[in-house]
Amino acid sequence: MDKTKHPAIRVSGLGKTYRIGGTEHRPTTASEAAVQRMRNPLHKSTYAQFEALKDLTFDIPWGEAVGIIGRNGAGKSTLLKMLTRITAPTHGRIELGGRIGSLLEVGTGFHPELTGKENIYLNGALLGMHRKEIAQRFDEIVDFSGVEKFLGTPVKRYSSGMYVRLAFAVAVHLDTEILAIDEVLAVGDAEFQRKSLAKMRDVATDGRTVLFVSHQAQTVSTLCSSAIYLESGRMVYQGDVAGALALYRDSFEKFAVSQMDPARRPGSGEIRTRAVTLSADHFDPSGPKAVTIHLDSNTDVIGQYYVSCHINDLNGSVIAQCDSRLVGQWFDPAEPHDVTLSLNGPWLKPGRYTVDVYLCKTGVLDAWEGAAVFEVLPTNPYPELASDEAMSRGLVLADFTYKRS
Amino acid sequence: MSQIIVITPPRRFSLPRLSELWEAREVLYQFGQRDIILRYRQTAIGVAWVLLQPIAAAGIFSIVFGRVAKLDSGGVPYFIFSYMGMLAWNLFAGVVTRAAPSLVSNQALVSKVFFPRMLVPLSTTLSVMLDFVVALGLGVVLLVVYGINPGWPALLLPVWAVLMVLLGAGAGLAASAIMVKYRDVAYIVPWLVQVMLFASPVAYSLDSVPKNLQGLYAANPLTWILEEFRWSLLGSAAPPTWQIGASVVVSLGVFVVGALIFQQFEREFADVI
Repeated sequence: MDKTKHPAIRVSGLGKTYRIGGTEHRPTTASEAAVQRMRNPLHKSTYAQFEALKDLTFDIPWGEAVGIIGRNGAGKSTLLKMLTRITAPTHGRIELGGRIGSLLEVGTGFHPELTGKENIYLNGALLGMHRKEIAQRFDEIVDFSGVEKFLGTPVKRYSSGMYVRLAFAVAVHLDTEILAIDEVLAVGDAEFQRKSLAKMRDVATDGRTVLFVSHQAQTVSTLCSSAIYLESGRMVYQGDVAGALALYRDSFEKFAVSQMDPARRPGSGEIRTRAVTLSADHFDPSGPKAVTIHLDSNTDVIGQYYVSCHINDLNGSVIAQCDSRLVGQWFDPAEPHDVTLSLNGPWLKPGRYTVDVYLCKTGVLDAWEGAAVFEVLPTNPYPELASDEAMSRGLVLADFTYKRS
Repeated sequence: MSQIIVITPPRRFSLPRLSELWEAREVLYQFGQRDIILRYRQTAIGVAWVLLQPIAAAGIFSIVFGRVAKLDSGGVPYFIFSYMGMLAWNLFAGVVTRAAPSLVSNQALVSKVFFPRMLVPLSTTLSVMLDFVVALGLGVVLLVVYGINPGWPALLLPVWAVLMVLLGAGAGLAASAIMVKYRDVAYIVPWLVQVMLFASPVAYSLDSVPKNLQGLYAANPLTWILEEFRWSLLGSAAPPTWQIGASVVVSLGVFVVGALIFQQFEREFADVI
């Protein structure tokens, strides 16, 4: 294959615009469309335009595992959908140096009534393999998935774990020159995830190219050799993973600043959170943590509302959801409140955390993401010190003991 | 292998790329195979349904039209006459009614995996053709039992079958693509097919149609192909030459137009479905 001349992927001026309904009612049935057309034969539909992606230009060389990161709605999935030809671009041009295989959502293309074996062939064909190729790799696929005993069973009787393993096995054994993956590693048990990661790293070292869309900074940094960072439809950065992740983290802070202004926050706005204060700027991992929420009043609002706080880590994973309904707390909108949330467990790992505050009744009244930021100091809450590796896994620190019996 | 794939915004009228369809033919087989397997899995009598349906229909028609209405079947026993009619008709109706909902019922695939979308409605023809072959086998047995020898026109049967499939596939392609946007098609198609069944000479012969309606019947492409089928299967009189020529032109034309309509709608499938 002539890999020297042409990069794996060359994208120039790529853009995608969606028409969103605007204020006007859009017909969904042919008769409705006909009636509308007859009423106003000369009427031109007006649409609001939504630019999901704007003017992207980049090259991706062979043999790289590229992470595509960005906040929700930055256009990551749209980009992947265009590269894998599921949806057509509105502007620009994509050149692919080889076949592209996609693994967008595990199990699409599986039919519940078909047996495992039949599904391997069906799914393989959908991913662009010929029967001969599938037959050659059949044993390997079955071996990787570990479902050999159930090949003759319709997959509707599979456990969800078996289902996912089989689907993933078919996709990674696909011999396309470019492989696109959208958040699939969050499935399967730890052992299978480890196997999958290793397999995908092999794919990249083979000289093929892997595209990987994820919210999880952790997975991107272990899997990818470079990254692209998207922000509201534009490519802001292409380069090493660390640089892209830094931008990704910064974006949370920028976002936090813009959210200080209640008018820019989503929610009906009937009641707003005036301020969120913390008992300290930094906490010990095991120490008590208190968040005080200052709530405005609005006498026009009828019925009580509740408060829900999310604690997020640096990578945007929600570590804890503290919903006041769970502890029987409802608030009267007629008067202002100062509410203190005390978080006593679990212990938090050293690092930065953000707090989101939501006020809800039947709908969302106020959604303030990144209302507060705190730091957890790198002190050891455990009685003994051990190497860093002893605390590196896991999202939180558990309060645990070992007892001999 | 290493040819460069270029993706650009779609133009207004784009014909499907034939090389791409050929490249993805495995999808067609696999879909066809899936349809066939699924239709008879978890059924008690399985493939016998393929035979039961035309036999039951032909039985009813020979009672209603042959006995009750006492229509003429041109000297052929009414049962085999209407059985052969149903055989040809099912080829058309089967393709249309199975192709039309195929995209919507496979929407999870259409919105998540790329392959030439046209293969979804086209693959439904495979299972219909298999049904046709099975039912044709019984038809041959019936010919032997009734002692009918259609003679050399029988050799043209594959041509008529292909024309019927093309006609049905053209309509089915267009219907399946439109259904992605307007679900009304799901209600219109079975109804239209039902109407056409009685408006075409399936269960009765063209000769029993009143003179003043003959012109209308002669304008129906289904009439032409049905007559061609009977010519090949029952040895009845050959249809006029212009009808044979016209049936080829119209079937191909409907197929191409159906494919064009499909392509036109295809651009926004993933965004609309």
